[in-house]
Amino acid sequence: MDWVNAVVQGVLVGGLYALFAAGLSLIFGVMRLVNIAHGDLIVLAAFVSLVMVEATGLHPLASLLLVVPLMALAGYALQRGILNHTLGKDILPPLLVTFGLSVILQNGLLEIFTADSRKLNAGALETASLSAGAGIDIGVLPLLMFATAVGVIAGLQFIFYRTAWGRAFRATSDDKEVAQLMGLNIGHVYGLAMALCLAVVGIAGVFLAIRSNFDPSLGPGRLIFGFEAVIIGGLGNLWGTLAGGVILGVAQGLGAQINPGWQVLAGHLAFLLVLAIRPKGLFPRIEG
Amino acid sequence: MSEFSISRATTISRAASLLALLLIVGLAAAPWWATRADLHLIGEFATYVALASLWNLLAGYTGLVSVGQQAYVGLGGYVLFTTALFLHINPLLAIPLAGVVAAIVALPMAKLVFRLQGAYFAIGTWVVAEVFRLIFAQVTALGGGSGSSLPVEAVRSIAASRDMREWLIYWTALVLGVGSVALVYGLLRSRIGLALTAIRDSEIASASLGVRIGQVKFAVYVLVAAVTAMVGSLIFLQKLRISPDAAFSVNDWTAFVIFIVVIGGIGTIEGPIVGTIVYFLLREFLADLGSIYLMILGGVAIVIMLVAPQGIWGFVARRFGISLFPTGYHVTWK
Repeated sequence: MDWVNAVVQGVLVGGLYALFAAGLSLIFGVMRLVNIAHGDLIVLAAFVSLVMVEATGLHPLASLLLVVPLMALAGYALQRGILNHTLGKDILPPLLVTFGLSVILQNGLLEIFTADSRKLNAGALETASLSAGAGIDIGVLPLLMFATAVGVIAGLQFIFYRTAWGRAFRATSDDKEVAQLMGLNIGHVYGLAMALCLAVVGIAGVFLAIRSNFDPSLGPGRLIFGFEAVIIGGLGNLWGTLAGGVILGVAQGLGAQINPGWQVLAGHLAFLLVLAIRPKGLFPRIEG
Repeated sequence: MSEFSISRATTISRAASLLALLLIVGLAAAPWWATRADLHLIGEFATYVALASLWNLLAGYTGLVSVGQQAYVGLGGYVLFTTALFLHINPLLAIPLAGVVAAIVALPMAKLVFRLQGAYFAIGTWVVAEVFRLIFAQVTALGGGSGSSLPVEAVRSIAASRDMREWLIYWTALVLGVGSVALVYGLLRSRIGLALTAIRDSEIASASLGVRIGQVKFAVYVLVAAVTAMVGSLIFLQKLRISPDAAFSVNDWTAFVIFIVVIGGIGTIEGPIVGTIVYFLLREFLADLGSIYLMILGGVAIVIMLVAPQGIWGFVARRFGISLFPTGYHVTWK
């Protein structure tokens, strides 16, 4: 029964990993950018939420109403102010600039908030659970997290394929020059994509902060989890990213069941295994 | 009638070679003129020049931007500790052994991470380094997560006197530092260097001319992994203590190294040396600031990448047309 439980909890945690990953996947799809600071931005969102909750006494989930637009604004500014200047044929500038950004964010948070572990308190929500029978309890919070992930991915999917914004994203992704000829302002489109990405990062950050302890050093680990979910699921496939997150969560859950020290390691090994046998991921998008 | 001559060396590069030779002789004689603290500093300087030159070869010349070279630094360190603890091998002999072990480990790892392109390759190498860290944290014989110290007998087996031990370690650092720069320089003047330059300028064009892109990249990755591990085992011989977090630290062995190369000038042989000098100067004056110092370093790297992506040396070389280590040829018309 412990094993079934480990799988169920792993699936639910997979929702959080999909939230880490969705923004990464979106940005790569639109502008072929891999943001090394992605994980640190998630941690930044967690701290922004912490500051708001402490200042106003809001419920952590209510802080989403402020954190998400704030992060989206920051994303637009970051993209237009810095990242747009690094995009080109060479992959080195965006990689190194976001790497520098990651170091700055990590150490800036360390300077302001110290290395102490923090946590957001969501009250009764944290301990509420539903019994699924046969000795398996499903926490309301993990369930809410998973449902949010499904909702976020459905929302992104909708924006991507059913709206004018999405059309601009897809056109820019397919052919930047032609999209420009058709009157799209590429800098603005990239800014919107990053704003959308950081809105999702905001949601991920708040859930991270409610679910467990966090401190400024957590960023790179979250980046790696998100990245693994993207690759396991297959590049360019958002629903695949959700599946990738679930697989990663289950692998970690099973690893932890064998030995607590193997939790993260088991996730990495599952990722390397997928890379070895299905290098394009389990559900690759058909190349257009 | 030939009205021109083709040459590689210039007056400046000849002068630089002579100066470099004198500098190396002077540094090799450092045990006779420097204090113990100076020896440590120069030794550390040499290891950072080595790490920076190797990363530059990988990222600047081969296009393999890795943020996971700490995997091989740590692996080298653990080879040293494993052989010293269980096989009682002289630590200095463990250094070349670390190179061999890392090359063998790098073969399958390269096969895996080479399936990822560009920036995803970068994060893939990071995952590999994390896997190494988590695995070594599980090995209780090597102290698990808290690590272990190098036994006194192992240290004594290097040489009987403390001075001689420190000198030998210093000379090894010097050999690895100078050797890494020489390795990159030699490689770039060889056929492989020509292939690398071609790949850097255009992968498609070089492939159509018969350059074996995959094989060249693979070979460079494995070579860099091997030498990086040798530097790694030397670093932990200097430190005498190892733990998974220190051995596989992304900050110490990759972030600093990347900043050094970016600030000095990526894709130049001189860049990593210039960058290491700047890094040591900054550290001398700012290290007390702790995390603010790291923010400054990250900020400087970002500004350089945005404003002058060729770095300090790239700027100087372009402005004044200087190359201390020429790899190409030029034609002089008479």
